[in-house]
Amino acid sequence: MDIFDGFPLLSLLIFLPFFGAVFVFLIPQTPGKTEKNIKNTALFIAGCTFMFSLLIWGQFDPSLGSYQFVENKEWLPGLNIRYSLGIDGISLFFVLLTTSLIPLCILGSWESIKHQQKEFLIFLLVLETFILGAFCVLDLLLFYIFFEGTLIPMFLIIGIWGGERRIYAAFKFFFYTLTGSIFMFIAILFLYFKTGTTSIPDLALYPFESSLQVWLWLAFFASFAIKLPMFPFHTWLPEAHVEAPTVGSMILAGILLKMGGYGFLRISLPFFPEASYRFAPYVCGLSIIGIVYASLVALVQRDIKKLIAYSSIAHMGFVTLGIFTFQREGLNGSILQMLSHGVLSSGLFLCVGILYERVHSRDIEAYGGIVSFMPLFSVFFMSLILGAIGLPGTAGFVGEFLVILGTFQVSPLMVVGAGFGIILSAVYMLGLYRKVVFGPVEKIRFQKLKDLSMREGSLLFFFVGCMFWMGLYPNSFIGALHQPISKILEYYGRQQDALVPIFKMKNSIVFNEREL
Amino acid sequence: MNQLLTIGLSHYLCVGGLLFIIGIMGICLNRTNVILMLMAVEVILLAVSLNFIAFSAFLFDLMGQVFVFFVLTVGAAETAIGLAILVAFFRNQGTVSVQDMEKLKG
Amino acid sequence: MTFYAVMATFSPLLGGCIAGLFGCLWPIMSMRLCQIITTGFVFLSALCAFFLFKKVGLDHTVIVLPLFSWIDMGSLQVVFSLSIDTLAVVMMGIVTFISALVHLYSIGYMARDPGISRFMTYLSLFTFFMLFLVVSSNLVQLFLGWEGVGLLSYLLIGFWYAKPEANLAAQKAFIMNRVADLAFIVALGLIYAVVGSFELPVIIDNFSLLKSTVFSGFGGSVSVLEVFCLLLCIAAMGKSAQIGFHTWLADAMEGPTPVSALIHAATMVTAGVFLILRCSALFEGAPFARSVLILIGALTAFFGSMVAMTQNDIKRVIAYSTCSQVGYMFFSAGLLGYAGSMFHLCTHAFFKALLFLGAGSVIHAFSNEQNLWKMGGAAKLIPVTYALMWVGSLALMGIPFFSGYYSKETILEIAWGSSGVLGSLAFWAGLLSVLFTAFYSGRLLFLVFHGKARADERVMAHLHESPPVMIVPLLILSLGAILGGYVGYGLFIENKHLFWGNSFNTHFEEVILSSLHFLNEKNAFIVHVFPQIMALIGLFLAFVFYIWKTTIPGKLKKQFYELYLFIYNKWFFDELYEVFFVKPLWSCGNFFWKQGDRHGIDGGLNGVAKAIYWFSESVKKLQTGFIPHYTFVMVIGLMMASTWGLLQFSNLSFKDVFESSKAYFQGSCVLDKQDAVKPCFQKEDIDDRNR
Repeated sequence: MDIFDGFPLLSLLIFLPFFGAVFVFLIPQTPGKTEKNIKNTALFIAGCTFMFSLLIWGQFDPSLGSYQFVENKEWLPGLNIRYSLGIDGISLFFVLLTTSLIPLCILGSWESIKHQQKEFLIFLLVLETFILGAFCVLDLLLFYIFFEGTLIPMFLIIGIWGGERRIYAAFKFFFYTLTGSIFMFIAILFLYFKTGTTSIPDLALYPFESSLQVWLWLAFFASFAIKLPMFPFHTWLPEAHVEAPTVGSMILAGILLKMGGYGFLRISLPFFPEASYRFAPYVCGLSIIGIVYASLVALVQRDIKKLIAYSSIAHMGFVTLGIFTFQREGLNGSILQMLSHGVLSSGLFLCVGILYERVHSRDIEAYGGIVSFMPLFSVFFMSLILGAIGLPGTAGFVGEFLVILGTFQVSPLMVVGAGFGIILSAVYMLGLYRKVVFGPVEKIRFQKLKDLSMREGSLLFFFVGCMFWMGLYPNSFIGALHQPISKILEYYGRQQDALVPIFKMKNSIVFNEREL
Repeated sequence: MNQLLTIGLSHYLCVGGLLFIIGIMGICLNRTNVILMLMAVEVILLAVSLNFIAFSAFLFDLMGQVFVFFVLTVGAAETAIGLAILVAFFRNQGTVSVQDMEKLKG
Repeated sequence: MTFYAVMATFSPLLGGCIAGLFGCLWPIMSMRLCQIITTGFVFLSALCAFFLFKKVGLDHTVIVLPLFSWIDMGSLQVVFSLSIDTLAVVMMGIVTFISALVHLYSIGYMARDPGISRFMTYLSLFTFFMLFLVVSSNLVQLFLGWEGVGLLSYLLIGFWYAKPEANLAAQKAFIMNRVADLAFIVALGLIYAVVGSFELPVIIDNFSLLKSTVFSGFGGSVSVLEVFCLLLCIAAMGKSAQIGFHTWLADAMEGPTPVSALIHAATMVTAGVFLILRCSALFEGAPFARSVLILIGALTAFFGSMVAMTQNDIKRVIAYSTCSQVGYMFFSAGLLGYAGSMFHLCTHAFFKALLFLGAGSVIHAFSNEQNLWKMGGAAKLIPVTYALMWVGSLALMGIPFFSGYYSKETILEIAWGSSGVLGSLAFWAGLLSVLFTAFYSGRLLFLVFHGKARADERVMAHLHESPPVMIVPLLILSLGAILGGYVGYGLFIENKHLFWGNSFNTHFEEVILSSLHFLNEKNAFIVHVFPQIMALIGLFLAFVFYIWKTTIPGKLKKQFYELYLFIYNKWFFDELYEVFFVKPLWSCGNFFWKQGDRHGIDGGLNGVAKAIYWFSESVKKLQTGFIPHYTFVMVIGLMMASTWGLLQFSNLSFKDVFESSKAYFQGSCVLDKQDAVKPCFQKEDIDDRNR
């Protein structure tokens, strides 16, 4: 930490991709010649950012409860709005997730993006800047700017490089998220005029009246719930995923959705504890409904991407469920679930992309028996599917398991609902795998299918490796999460006894006096 | 009776108002020719000028009459430009009928 | 000793990983090398397990070896460890021993299969997960192994991935298990919420807490312990294919036969029993959960043997037989006869593996034919297999001095000796099952080996004994099937306190078995001789039906056709599930998707969008494009604006203007200079006037 004291590490991290994008923009484009250069440059920059984030991880001290690498500079001096950055354990892992996924996305788009490659890479790098910014800032206005900023490159990525109905999907995505964010913006303005500051750490200490909390909480909820997405605000997601290019889906599922969960953890819970308590049963209920609903809908999908999109919704249900149990296990679980889903879903979308490049169909029925021609692919695909099912030893299990442990402490009934989702996930995921990968080889045109190239193989290897790492040694993440979660729980710990009965079925369980 | 024969301010104003209304009508109800419309604009300008002059005489203030000169000058210039546009328009579209000018229709 | 423990547990993993990486993913090793490596490592594991058995089982020590901390979260600690007590070591012995033999057998059985490297990898990995399950001292680790074996079972059932039935069966097995595993997960949540730990010793220490903590509601209360045990019971039912969850087991026979022998007979399906025995100290305080165990076990024993009588696929017969035998273990565990249950688990592992592998040999000989009615008359052509099948079947029937006799006898004694309705129900169900068991075993033997050959010429000409690599494991297993009972009885039952001392709390069983010694002659006859008589009757009936008067089965079938259909279709469980679960779920999904997402949510949003569109469409019509119209609107607007401005700045109301203009037209007011410039009336004036 010493040598980097006073060095704006986070600013550098955030704006490195942006400068990279400018640099890529300046490379003149002559068809057929410089494309390789452009791709290599973009990859190099994203790789540098990743290395940089690893450095930050190395310098990060998990035992500290405060924000680290804090930068706090004047930005709008008359308005008392400051450019302040800082990360804690929660943001750290989202930053790492982002920086590690973007180079993979660039590699993933290596051959699949056929036209306007340069622009695509520019948008990708700009998007990275926005996402990193949203995870690192400690100022609400800046957060809003970065949070909303992600919409623009993503809108363009879906709208320009997407499938047939890309325009519809892009607009749906844009308007859905924008609608939610408008409420958030109003709430931010309100907070600012009420308290005179937009600093996140300061606002977390500000005691809002309970009636006010309700409205502000709802406003933020609108934005985050749509982003996450929660049932019933989820319908933009399948559409956007289906139409987005592979890489777009990877980022969307891998990172963008997590911003909703991150918002809950960073803003809703610390700012408005009373309102969060008050709404927790409803949020948990919606989560359970979402899990079961999305799982059931995923069951009947014929479109591979749509199926995975609906499974994403179900998995995100676990995230909100875990967050709103206000238990250490639940919060840990939901963060791990977000991280694991970031790896798994983007890996799955990559798999679908690899298939699509070869067969040009997303229809499950169009496939069958590809294991005979693509054995290596099938192994990786299987691993990711197992992760999505939540098999112990994979990343998916840790999150779901911890969420369930947390949930059980507030309501055993909900566990059954969530468990139903777990069963269904096995049904649709294995069904997908069976129909796509197994089965007799009837389709002659598959004879020409090539197995993974070196590039694709190493990409998927990374995903699968990450997945097993997270599943087999989750301690490497849990350690750094301890302090920030304690901070969130500080308030809730005191109120536990008074407020827990809201959740419980009346007298449903009488626990012993163990420390909850 | 005496009052009736004396032409006072209100008579001027009435004539001015009438002219103004005629001009407006000329614009609003005209469906055939843009030139008519230009003429109607001129009529409106005249009505205004008449009002200026009437008040100028009534208030013994020359300002109004000076203003009328301005109005007339601007009106002449405006007519000239209007006609020029009209000619260009006719060359372009082959018509000066108001009815056919509906590019702005929603 | 820790070295042996680690080696025994992890060498299959090592072998599996080597074979998997270098044999399948990056094929630089030859298939033969893969086979040798995997088999070698599993044999190594079996050897280590043997030493462990000596140390732990016979010298009565317990090995506890923490490996690493999986989750360390303050309140929540999950540490993976190797903890080996007698129960674990016996199970380890069974698993590694059978697995080693099955590995060996597979070398011959799968010789022609191009995917043999993959097959051996799966088998080794399965063995590892099973061992990992067995040696765990905490429930999460156990769950990891539990799911791991489920996964490998899935992969192995679907090993021949080009067969759609195999894939469906694999998926079904996984999902059925998954449903039961939900109970396991809920149990984990429950135990964590109450005890705060997953370590079994800690849970057992908190026995009284678990018993005194109650769920209450709906006018009653039930102790957490009961709920927990019930949940574990459901989980065990899934893994052990007990009635209700049994449907996957028969379908799992789509997998290669060695898989059926290892996973679906000897080891994985008994993992459920193992789980119950692991938690036996808890089940002791949960009478209701135990009653459920007894009921389920007895029912399954009866059901499985009954269905097995009508099946025509050789492997399915044995599969239902497995169901039924595991049922015995279940009710024995429910009746607190843990040692008996474990004893039967061991002997069953031997003779059932023998039967399956023997069946594999038969299938191999008949050129992959599995239908009993297309076999026959094979006794002379494959004499070794024939003899071994007889040994296995006799052990299964419980004919004296074969291993099954001892274990089944013990279980029936326990059932007889226990007081209560459920005990006697279990006993009678068990007794009836003995009859059925003997019948279907005999039926299988007679149809395959006796009578005239029903296979076609080509198959018969090709009929041959299996290679030695397949026969040797069979011989070893048959040794176990013959002698296992005798050896095991001395060790497991007669010295049970000493032997199981660190695993079970068996004083209840003690009470039951000791009470048996005071039984009078008549009852002793029922317990000791009746099962043998039943078995002989069953065998004799099979002989009559399928050798002597071969027309009887057909006649009976016609006579009781509904009953036959009921049994043949396995009590219509699959059909019921189809109607009650599968179909509704799918239609729910469709409904939610089409009505919920598309019409409901999207419909609503699109409705809003459409409303806006419609509004602007209609507003758009105002834009006629005619300059006259615009001018007109502009003028009207100007007039309104100026009127409004006039009224605003002159403090007049509209009424005033109206009145004054009325007055003007009536001639009462003349417009003069001042009036024209200034407002006619000031508000005050009007107010004055009104006053």
